[in-house]
Amino acid sequence: MTRPFSSLSQLQSQLKDRSISATELTQLYLDRIEQLNPILNCYITVDEEHALERARAADQQLARGSGGPLTGLPISQKDIFCIKDTTTTAGSKMLANFRPPYSATCSTKLEQAGAITLGKTNMDEFAMGSSNETSFFGPVKNPWDLLRIPGGSSGGSAAAVAAGLCAASTGTDTGGSIRQPAAMCGLTGLKPTYGRISRWGMIAFASSLDQAGPMTRTAQDAALLLEHMAGYDPRDATSLDEPIPKYSQELSQPLSGLKIGVCRQFFSEGLDNAVETVIREAFKIFEQLGATLVDIELPNTPLSVSAYYVIAPAECSANLSRYDGVRFGHRCSDPKDLQDLYQRSRGEGFGNEVKKRILVGTFALSAGYYDAFYRRAQQVRRLIKNDFVEAFDHVDLIIGPTAPTPAFKIGEKVDNPVDMYLQDIFTISANLAGLPAMSIPAGQVEGLPVGLQLIGNYLQEGTLLRAGHQFQQATDWHQLTPDIEL
Amino acid sequence: MTDLVNETLLKDLTTLAQLPFEPEQVSSTLSAINEVLELVTQLENAETAEIAPLAHPLERQQVLREDAVTENIDRSQLSRNAPSFEDGLYFVPKVIE
Amino acid sequence: MTIPAGWQVDIGLEIHAQLKTTSKIFSGASTQFGQLPNSQASVIDLGMPGVLPAVNGVVFEKAVRFGLGVGGRINRESRFDRKNYFYPDLPKGYQITQMDQPIVVGGSVTIDLPDGSTKLIALTRAHLEEDAGKSIHDRKPNYTGIDLNRAGTPLLEIVSEPQLKSPEEAVSYARVIHQLLTYLEICDGNMAEGSLRFDANVSVRRINDEALGVRSEIKNLNSFRFLDQAINFEISRQVETLNAGETLSQDTRLFDPDQLETRPMRSKETATDYRYFPEPDLLPVVLSERYIDEIKKEMPELPQVRTQRYHSAFALPLADAQLLAQDRRLADFFDETVAKTQTPKTTANWIKGDLLARLNEASLTIAESPVTSEQLAELITMVDQDTISGKIAKDVFGALWEGRTTSASAYVHEHQLEQVSDQSALEPLIASLLKEHPKQADDLKAGKDKLMGFFVGKVMQATQGKANPKQVNDLIRGKIDQR
Repeated sequence: MTRPFSSLSQLQSQLKDRSISATELTQLYLDRIEQLNPILNCYITVDEEHALERARAADQQLARGSGGPLTGLPISQKDIFCIKDTTTTAGSKMLANFRPPYSATCSTKLEQAGAITLGKTNMDEFAMGSSNETSFFGPVKNPWDLLRIPGGSSGGSAAAVAAGLCAASTGTDTGGSIRQPAAMCGLTGLKPTYGRISRWGMIAFASSLDQAGPMTRTAQDAALLLEHMAGYDPRDATSLDEPIPKYSQELSQPLSGLKIGVCRQFFSEGLDNAVETVIREAFKIFEQLGATLVDIELPNTPLSVSAYYVIAPAECSANLSRYDGVRFGHRCSDPKDLQDLYQRSRGEGFGNEVKKRILVGTFALSAGYYDAFYRRAQQVRRLIKNDFVEAFDHVDLIIGPTAPTPAFKIGEKVDNPVDMYLQDIFTISANLAGLPAMSIPAGQVEGLPVGLQLIGNYLQEGTLLRAGHQFQQATDWHQLTPDIEL
Repeated sequence: MTDLVNETLLKDLTTLAQLPFEPEQVSSTLSAINEVLELVTQLENAETAEIAPLAHPLERQQVLREDAVTENIDRSQLSRNAPSFEDGLYFVPKVIE
Repeated sequence: MTIPAGWQVDIGLEIHAQLKTTSKIFSGASTQFGQLPNSQASVIDLGMPGVLPAVNGVVFEKAVRFGLGVGGRINRESRFDRKNYFYPDLPKGYQITQMDQPIVVGGSVTIDLPDGSTKLIALTRAHLEEDAGKSIHDRKPNYTGIDLNRAGTPLLEIVSEPQLKSPEEAVSYARVIHQLLTYLEICDGNMAEGSLRFDANVSVRRINDEALGVRSEIKNLNSFRFLDQAINFEISRQVETLNAGETLSQDTRLFDPDQLETRPMRSKETATDYRYFPEPDLLPVVLSERYIDEIKKEMPELPQVRTQRYHSAFALPLADAQLLAQDRRLADFFDETVAKTQTPKTTANWIKGDLLARLNEASLTIAESPVTSEQLAELITMVDQDTISGKIAKDVFGALWEGRTTSASAYVHEHQLEQVSDQSALEPLIASLLKEHPKQADDLKAGKDKLMGFFVGKVMQATQGKANPKQVNDLIRGKIDQR
C-alpha cells in the first residue's frame, strides 16, 4: 500500500517509529491536494499554514514520546462542522464567508486527540443531496471515475479519502450521507446511534436525524476515530450519556454465534442486479466467518423514503430560518424593506434543492396539512422503529446493500429528483429509527465500488465495527485504490 | 393524481418561508414540489390508527442544566459575520410595527 | 368605566412573566437587565449555525410553583415545540415554546370585585418559552437596530379564560397574578423593566348574544394603567363600530399611550400560520412525583389565604390583613412576631405603624429592617405585661432601630425605664400634687374631667413617663373621691 492510501493504524505506527514525520506526512497530503483537488473539487477550504503548524507541534510531541492517540494524523472534515476562525460554508453561498467563533464538539475532540485538520471538504448544500451536485462550490468527482458522482452529501470527504488527499475524514448522515458516498467511493463509513456524537457546532439539516461519523479506509480506522468523536456533551441536549467502549480493542473477537438478519425488503425492485450479486456473495463471507444468516421482515421499511421526505424537510424548514441576512450569512444588496431583505437574501443565498425542501417542509407543517403529512410521517416513523426493535429480538445485525446502484454519472439524475431520493432507500430507515449503521466495501461492478450496509441495535457500534473488521480480514475490497495518479 | 400545491398555495408557502416568489419559475417549482409530495402520499398506505407519533428516535428524557452563567461573550467576535453591525446593534431596514 | 348599555364585554389575558433566573432558558448567558446591547447574547441566543439549546432546570421549578399556587394540573411530561415566524428580534426564525404539552394546565385565581364580592377566574394554561430581543427604532434613520440581550430570557406565559367582564376585572386579575408571581419568587414583578407584560384579548357582544364577539388582541401592555386604558378604548371602539352598523375583523393591535388609542399592527397584516411542531433539539421533560412533592413542601401560604386567616382568625380589619399579607416577607415577619407575642392586633399595629413608617422613610424593605421580629416581639410583650409604658416603648423602638441596643429588655433595664406600678411610690406623689393644686382638685371633683389629664401629665412628668397611666388614673380618682 502506498503511503497516501495507508490506513490510520498503519500511519500511526509509522509516526510512532519515526519512519515518517507528521510534517512530511502532512506535506505529502497537501501536495496531493494541490495536484488533485483542481480535478476532484473535494476540498472547499485548505488551511495549509494551520496544518503544518499543527504537524510541527505533533512532531515535537512524537519526539518526546508524548501526544494523543491521533497525534500527527492528517484528516479532513466535512464543511458542515464549525471550526473556530475557519471558513465554514455547509456547501452554500449563504455561508460562503462565514467564520464561526466556536468549534463543533467532535472536531475539537479530534484535534484534542492530536489529529491534524488539512481542510474542509465539499458537500451538498446544507447536506441536502445524494450526489454532491447541489454544492454552491461545484460538483465533486468520484476518484474511481471522474465522470461520476462520489455520492452525497458527504461526497467531498469520501472523494478526499478515496483519492488519498487525507488519511480519513468526517461526515454527517441524515438519510445516508455518510454510508452512500462511502459505498460509492469504496470506503468504510459509520453513522453511529443518534446521540452518540455531539451535534454541537454541526450545522443542522434535520435535527432528529442528523448524526456525525467517521469515513475511513477500514473498520479499524472507523473504530479509532469513533472512540475520539463520541461522548456525552452537555451542549447537545439529545446527546447520550453512555459509556464509550474501547471499540478498537474488541475488533478481533470472532463472529461465531453472531446472528445476522437478511431483510427481504432490502432487495426491492430498484436494486441493480449486479449490486445484488455482490451483496449476496458478501453474505457467504459472513457465513464462512461463523455467523448465521436469518431471514427477517421489516414490513414498514418501504415507507421510509416517504416518511423521510416529510420529516427532514419539515425540520429543515425551521432550521434554515435563521439564515435571514441579519447576524451572519449572505445579505442582498440595498434591501428596500424587511421583506425584501429576507426574501432576496434567502433567494440568492440558497440553491434550488434547499429552497424546494424548505417549501415542502413548510407545506407539511402548515395548517390543514399537518395531520396528513407531518403527524402521519411521525407515526410511520414509529412503525419503522418498531419493526427494528422486533427484529433485534432475534438478530444481532441486519445486512443488505447500502445503495441500489454504484456511482451514477454527474448530471444523470439532476432532472429526476425522485430517482435521486431513492438512492437513500436502504439507508434512511436507520436514521428514522436512530440506529447505528455502517457501509463497507463489498465488491465492485464494472470497476466501481459497491457497499454493504450493516445495521446494528442501539449503541451496538462495537458489533458493527467488529463484523466490518472481520469481513475486511477475509477480503481485500477495502484495499483497492482508484487509479488517479498524475 | 391532482397536484397538492397550486400557484396560490405556493405563493402562501413562499411568504411563510420568506423565499422569493418568482413568476417565471412557478411551473418548474410547482412540478418539483408536487413530485416530492406524490412520493410522500404513499404514507396513506400505512396503518397508523393507534400509533403515537415518534419525534425523537431514542425516546429518552431531557437532562436539565444548572442555572448558572457559563457563556463568555465577546461581542466583537460574535458580531464579526454580521453584514450590518454598528454601536452594538444589528441593523435591518426600518421595521414598522 | 361603565360598559355601554346593552353590551357585555369578554376579556382574556395572556400574561408574559420573565422568570427570575441567573441565566437564560436555553443558554448560559446572563439575564441581567440594562447591560450594553448584545453583550448578553451568546451564540445560542444569536441562533448561530450549529448551536443547540440546553434547558435551564430552574424554570421548571418556578413553573411548578406557579401551577401549585393556582391549583392547576402539572404535566408530568411536558415538551417544547417550535413556533415559526420571521421577525428581526427572533434570531432563529422560530420561538421555542410549549404548545401541546404545557407545564401547567388549568387552575384558577380569585379576584376581588369593587362591590366587595369575589369572583373565580379560570386559567387555561401556563407554559414556558423564550423571550425575543428588542427592536430599537431611533438610532439610525430608515433602519431598526436589534438588541438580543433579552432573547432567550425565560418566560412563563399565563393564559386566562375570557371570563373577565370589565377593565376593572382585568386589572384586578392582573394584580392578583402579579402578587402571586412575586410572592412565589417566580418573577421580580418589575413592570418598569418589562418583567411582566400583558396581551389582552377583548371582544364585545350584545347582552343577549350567546356567542363571543370578534376579538382584538392588544399586544405588549406593560403597566396596569395601560392595560386599563387600552381595554377601555377598545371597548368603546368596538361598540361604536358595531353601533355604526359596521363589522369588526379579528386583528392584533398596539396601544399608543400618548393618543390613548389602539391601532392595528402593520406587521401582523399577513395571515400567520405558526406551523408548530415538536422541537427536535430537546427531549421531553419528565418530572417525578418526588420532585413535585419537594416543591409542594416548600410552598408558602398564599397571599389570599393569608389575608383570610388574618381577617378571621386574628380579627384584623380586612385592610390591615391585606396590607400585611400582600408582601411575603412582611407577612412572614408578622407571623414570626405574633408567634411570640400572641397578640395579633397589637403586633399588627406596631408593624403597620412604627415599623412600616420607618422602613418607608428609609426606603428599606422588610428584609432589610434593622429591627428583627424577635426584638419587636420582646418590646411588644413588655408593653403587654405593663413592664413599660407605650410612650417609653416608642423610645425603645427608636433605640432598636438606630442600633443603640440589640434588646428591648436590656435597654429598659439599663436606663431604668420600667413602668412604676408600685402604689406606695405613686400615692405620696399624687397626694402632694393634689395639695399643690387645690383649685384644680376641687374642679375635678366638681366634674371637670378634663383636669384628669392635667394631673396624669404631672405624674408622668415626675416619673419621667414610667408610671402606668391607667393605674395613675385610678389612684387620682380614688383620692379625689375621698376629698
